[in-house]
Amino acid sequence: MRKESRSRGIGITIFIVLLLTPIYWLVNMSFKTNREILSGLTLWPREFTLDNYVVIFTDPSWYSGYINSMIYVLMNMAITLTVALPAAYAFSRYRFLGDKHLFFWLLSNRMAPPAVFLLPFFQLYSSIGLFDTHIAVALAHCLFNVPLAVWILEGFMSGVPREYDEMAYIDGYSFPRFFVKIFMPMIGSGIGVTAFFIFMFSWVELLLARTLTSVDAQPIAAIMTRTIGASGIDWGVLAAAGVLTILPGVLVVWFVRNHVARGFALGRV
Amino acid sequence: MRKVPDNRAWWLVLPVLLLVALSALVPLMTVVNYSVQDIFGPGNAYFVGTEWFRDVLRDERLQESLLRQFGFSAAVLAIEIPLGIGVALMMPRSGVKASLCLILLAIPLLIPWNVVGTIWQIFARGDIGLFGWGLNELGLDYNYTGNPMDAWLTVLLMDVWHWTPLVALLCYSGLRAIPDAFYQAAEIDRASRWAVFRYIQLPRLRNVLVIAVLLRFMDSFMIYTEPFVLTGGGPGSSTTFLSQTLTTLAVGQFDLGRAAAFSLVYFLIVLLVSWLFFTAITHMDRDR
Repeated sequence: MRKESRSRGIGITIFIVLLLTPIYWLVNMSFKTNREILSGLTLWPREFTLDNYVVIFTDPSWYSGYINSMIYVLMNMAITLTVALPAAYAFSRYRFLGDKHLFFWLLSNRMAPPAVFLLPFFQLYSSIGLFDTHIAVALAHCLFNVPLAVWILEGFMSGVPREYDEMAYIDGYSFPRFFVKIFMPMIGSGIGVTAFFIFMFSWVELLLARTLTSVDAQPIAAIMTRTIGASGIDWGVLAAAGVLTILPGVLVVWFVRNHVARGFALGRV
Repeated sequence: MRKVPDNRAWWLVLPVLLLVALSALVPLMTVVNYSVQDIFGPGNAYFVGTEWFRDVLRDERLQESLLRQFGFSAAVLAIEIPLGIGVALMMPRSGVKASLCLILLAIPLLIPWNVVGTIWQIFARGDIGLFGWGLNELGLDYNYTGNPMDAWLTVLLMDVWHWTPLVALLCYSGLRAIPDAFYQAAEIDRASRWAVFRYIQLPRLRNVLVIAVLLRFMDSFMIYTEPFVLTGGGPGSSTTFLSQTLTTLAVGQFDLGRAAAFSLVYFLIVLLVSWLFFTAITHMDRDR
């Protein structure tokens, strides 16, 4: 048994080291000057520099990308949670006309390739004057985030016995008050996990976000692709921008680390 | 859970319904509308019936990218699912080490998809990338921008790097849900490691594996950003997958009718495969 657990430890360590190698390379490069990057391979920065990061933090066309991304991700989180919480409650507590069909129809939206919706989205949001706004991206991302949120939340809510609901009604709570004051705190970790997944999928999506914005609401990911097309590639700045896109996600996963695994297991198919 | 029949629950679902209808049904109807018309300009459109559909289904370029797409998705599933299970089995069961593993595993999932492409673009280059340089030093003639096979393998490796952690996390959560009593019973029976896996762990992983296979199939079938950044679909068209063909058609050439018909065929393929898989699983359940 002892020997087996050691070989497992070695196995997982190797996997994680391999997993982190490309990221190490990115971080390594972000601290190098372009001259050093292009002159040859070095495993750590010989001429350590923070210039690449300075460029990003002082140039508005760079850092506004991070702000734009943050704004629409937060908007999307707010919208998604607001509509998904009551819906998930309905699915977990009641049987109603067409409930199963509705649930699967919701999930089928998760299967729609974003490329399919590209053109109609562009036309829809242009025609109602929302093109190049944060809210347009936030609404578009609801397409895949709302079904996911309903799915995960429903799993967590089904874990809370009905008796709590009934007890609260006997105590004279109205439904909205019961929901906000008693029920939501009880599934706090579930809401946290859901928020993590909403954040993740909205943060990493580029195709829709890029199509629906041009200047004012452009996400950081799109700004990075634009820079590649410019005269010569500024590898150092590109690497630094890449490192900075990883950080918010790592922060968020830190907060929900103990619940992430549960979020998956509870979802029903 | 015991559920109460109550149609008033519709009021709670209504906001979701409206929101998703706005962002799914309206665009979908637009696509359907385009797919049966030939549009020359505003107010100048002709109904052409199924012509675009016949056109798209006969298009050799689309057939090729469809084949490439199925090959890619099959390879992704064949590698990522077993590897993910393996990683989940190796992970520590609890404690600080388990938390650390979870966080480190989650990192690739949290990187914006085009940055994933950028990372690999840098990492795989023969001159400034560790991976490409290393392979060349080993005497392999590796060049992902010139050699179609290398490009294809690099995209596959990138996807494995990017998404195996998701499968591993899913399986890990499934494994944690197995009560200790099961393992103790196995120990008393002197079950081999393989028997424990085959008769205790694997059956219990069934649910999460269904999710993992579905998610990985859907997402690998829709892959766009990562190969677009890494290879731009080339060299030639060796890594041009369905999404990219579609985007070129719709946004690049502005060929609305054909793009719309293609979109619908694409969507239907994803739905059909997912549905077949789902039905097969449900039938297996019933037989048991």
